[in-house]
Amino acid sequence: MNIVVCVKYVPDATADRSFDSSDSTVDREGVDGLLSELDEYAVEQALLAAEDGDGEVTVLTVGPADAADAVRKALQMGADKGVHVEDDDIAGSDAVATSLILAKALGTLEYDLVFFGMSSTDGTMGVVPTMVAERLGLPAVTYGSEITVDGSTVTVRRDGDVATETITATAPAVVSVTDQSGEPRYPSFKGIMAAKKKPVEDLTLSDLGIDASEVGLGAAWTKVLSFAPRPPRSAGEIVTDEGDGGTKLAEFLASKKFV
Amino acid sequence: MAESRIMSSRNLDFLLNEWLDVEALTRRARYAEHDRETFDGLLELSERIATDMFAPMARALDVDEPHVGEDGKVVLLPGVADALAAYNEAGFPSLGFDAEHGGAQVPFTLQQASSIWFQAASVGVSAYPSLAKGNAHLILTHGTAEQAATYATPVIEGRWYGTMCLSEPQAGSSLTDITTRAVRQEDGSYRLTGTKMWISAGDHELGENIVHLVLAKTPGAPAGVKGISLFIVPKLLPDADGAPGERNDVSLVGLNHKMGFRGTTNTLLNFGEGFATPGGQAGAVGFLVGDEHHGLSYMFHMMNAARIGVGAGAVALGYTGYLHALDYAKTRTQGRALDDKDPASPPVAIIEHADVRRMLLASKSYVEGGLALVLYCARLVDEAATAPEEADRDRARRLLEVLTPVVKAWPSQWCLAANDLAIQVHGGYGYTRDYPVEQFYRDNRLNPIHEGTNGIQGLDLLGRKVVADGGAGLALLAETIGATIARARTAGGDAASYADALEGALGRIGEVTAIAWADRDPAVALANATAYLEAAGHVVVAWIWLEQLLVAGEQDGAFYAGKRAAARYFFTYELPTVAPKLDLVAACDRTTIDLDVDAL
Repeated sequence: MNIVVCVKYVPDATADRSFDSSDSTVDREGVDGLLSELDEYAVEQALLAAEDGDGEVTVLTVGPADAADAVRKALQMGADKGVHVEDDDIAGSDAVATSLILAKALGTLEYDLVFFGMSSTDGTMGVVPTMVAERLGLPAVTYGSEITVDGSTVTVRRDGDVATETITATAPAVVSVTDQSGEPRYPSFKGIMAAKKKPVEDLTLSDLGIDASEVGLGAAWTKVLSFAPRPPRSAGEIVTDEGDGGTKLAEFLASKKFV
Repeated sequence: MAESRIMSSRNLDFLLNEWLDVEALTRRARYAEHDRETFDGLLELSERIATDMFAPMARALDVDEPHVGEDGKVVLLPGVADALAAYNEAGFPSLGFDAEHGGAQVPFTLQQASSIWFQAASVGVSAYPSLAKGNAHLILTHGTAEQAATYATPVIEGRWYGTMCLSEPQAGSSLTDITTRAVRQEDGSYRLTGTKMWISAGDHELGENIVHLVLAKTPGAPAGVKGISLFIVPKLLPDADGAPGERNDVSLVGLNHKMGFRGTTNTLLNFGEGFATPGGQAGAVGFLVGDEHHGLSYMFHMMNAARIGVGAGAVALGYTGYLHALDYAKTRTQGRALDDKDPASPPVAIIEHADVRRMLLASKSYVEGGLALVLYCARLVDEAATAPEEADRDRARRLLEVLTPVVKAWPSQWCLAANDLAIQVHGGYGYTRDYPVEQFYRDNRLNPIHEGTNGIQGLDLLGRKVVADGGAGLALLAETIGATIARARTAGGDAASYADALEGALGRIGEVTAIAWADRDPAVALANATAYLEAAGHVVVAWIWLEQLLVAGEQDGAFYAGKRAAARYFFTYELPTVAPKLDLVAACDRTTIDLDVDAL
């Protein structure tokens, strides 16, 4: 079974992130980038699904030059090869444009399943998997917390607030996985060494037959109008228990509409 | 990742790439498979596993230390096995070994930089694989091919662990007095009887087997250290296929309950007391390594690396303590600026106070100086092993010999001092167990003691290393430091004035060494060997700071400004303390010799 994992290179979620004041896009200069932690779960599930067969795991990313780091990390974990779509005109693309590029890139690859993380750690929208599935006319089984691949059938368990659903699709299909699907493996040192020799194909928009006007900041359906740093956390309120601590806590929670 | 409080990846990058140019090593055949990407990937992986898997165990093992269960087996928190499983699966045990033994042939400098992440995250967990690595190295170097396949390969694969059994209850620093006996059997094996004390990782259930390397004396052996031989004594005797089989006559008498470093079991082991009867008789079965009576020299071949490892451990604990103190000082508010008399004004972060800054700057100069020294010495190990020219390999070996006591003792003393300062920066909170800085101090307090006490290091430096071969080691060190001084003069500015100070102190070391040995009386010459060691250590680290300063130059940014500030601190506050110590040595002061012990 051949699997493509779509991954994103994102600013480190544990660092102070901001926007570029010139165009209100993500400021990639001021913070280290890395493979989105949520995508590591997708890589893990893809590697597990491919382990018993003779297929390959291809990691696909759309992003700037540094996004090669995300591809390399997935290769270090065990993926077989990479595809990196890089083009200056892609900068500022929204989810719609990203899904277009991914769908076109997938059109150049052989796959049975396409894996995604549940969302990126920067945009956190979680819509790209479904958009790609829609563009490719594939079934989408999303937010899987348990993924089972049996022959050409993929089954996921989706845990909702009120129910757990079991969803099945037949390959080819798009699958997105949650951070409950199983801890991603660490790369091994041998994996780090091996990754250097694994092939990574670089593609541009023209390679994919995409016109620059279809992507990038100018084509985005949404626009960041303004941004501001999160206000510093204000001082907390200390409740002194003088026998009525419980009541005071309940009143506080009620005043904030928590209860 | 966000700024770590375990170790500074930025500083490691500076030292390895901007200063020591480790990438140049990849031009040598042994390291040709590697490149900057390999090295960066290794350090990133080290940081990640250390942070995720080792760091959570540091406190847990301190609070819930190993104990002996009712079945006589050592009980360790399960997280230790999980952490080591991740470590082993990632391939860390094999990093430095030859490819023919399944190793990855990573330069020692990078191994050291990698392991410092684990030492800083949980020194207690990190000791298990570290001891095993030293054990396997020794067997590969001095054992037979069969011994290597049987006992080193499983360690390299992360399946077995190992120990070094030197000390006995009555003989620690003085190994000449060990009494463990080894008697040769008809089949060529030996039976050992005796007791070994302070054996770290001496017993546990983490792997499939434990390989003890034991120093013992054979009947009729020459007196003193020249009669000591070295034996492989496995906990479980390998069967015909090499798999762990029959239980050997090695038993755990008990665990030592320590001030710190609690995650690593420290044991009293009995050999040949009849706990088990392998082959139907009591006596621990052992296998000679190399030739009889050469055991101590084999063991000491590993000592340079082991002592760099101790220095690295001390740096690791001092460094993480410093990072915790720095973080605390930035967020803890207390008091106001001295010229602010308004009690209604908000209190400032304590990092604004000059004395807190002094403590942090002192700590920074100790831990960053120590780390640089450790990595410099590790680079010398690589040079000694792989430099293309024989003369360069010899030079590195000689320089490493003279620096070994310093790289062990200086971080053990001064990075421990950084841990002390980290408690002080935390104030009362630092004295509580709610904050980890008190544990770092307790953990680090071992390092001036083990692998040759700092007192022994003083004797080694002044008694052996600086006088060996007519003082060739000291001359080479002076020449090497002299080259840095010359570059600093060319650079001008602060570097040039620091160079003058360093040159003065360096010259004084040479004078004092000659004076101390003028009467050729070791008792007098070595009475103040510790003062000599401390002074020499400070001169060496001042040189290391000058090296860092030259790399930092006038580059922009807080990181490089930090290098300049710490260098300034070291040359202003620390180097001047050297002179009185050297005066004491030069005076051949007899205070401790003349002392009547009844006067104490």
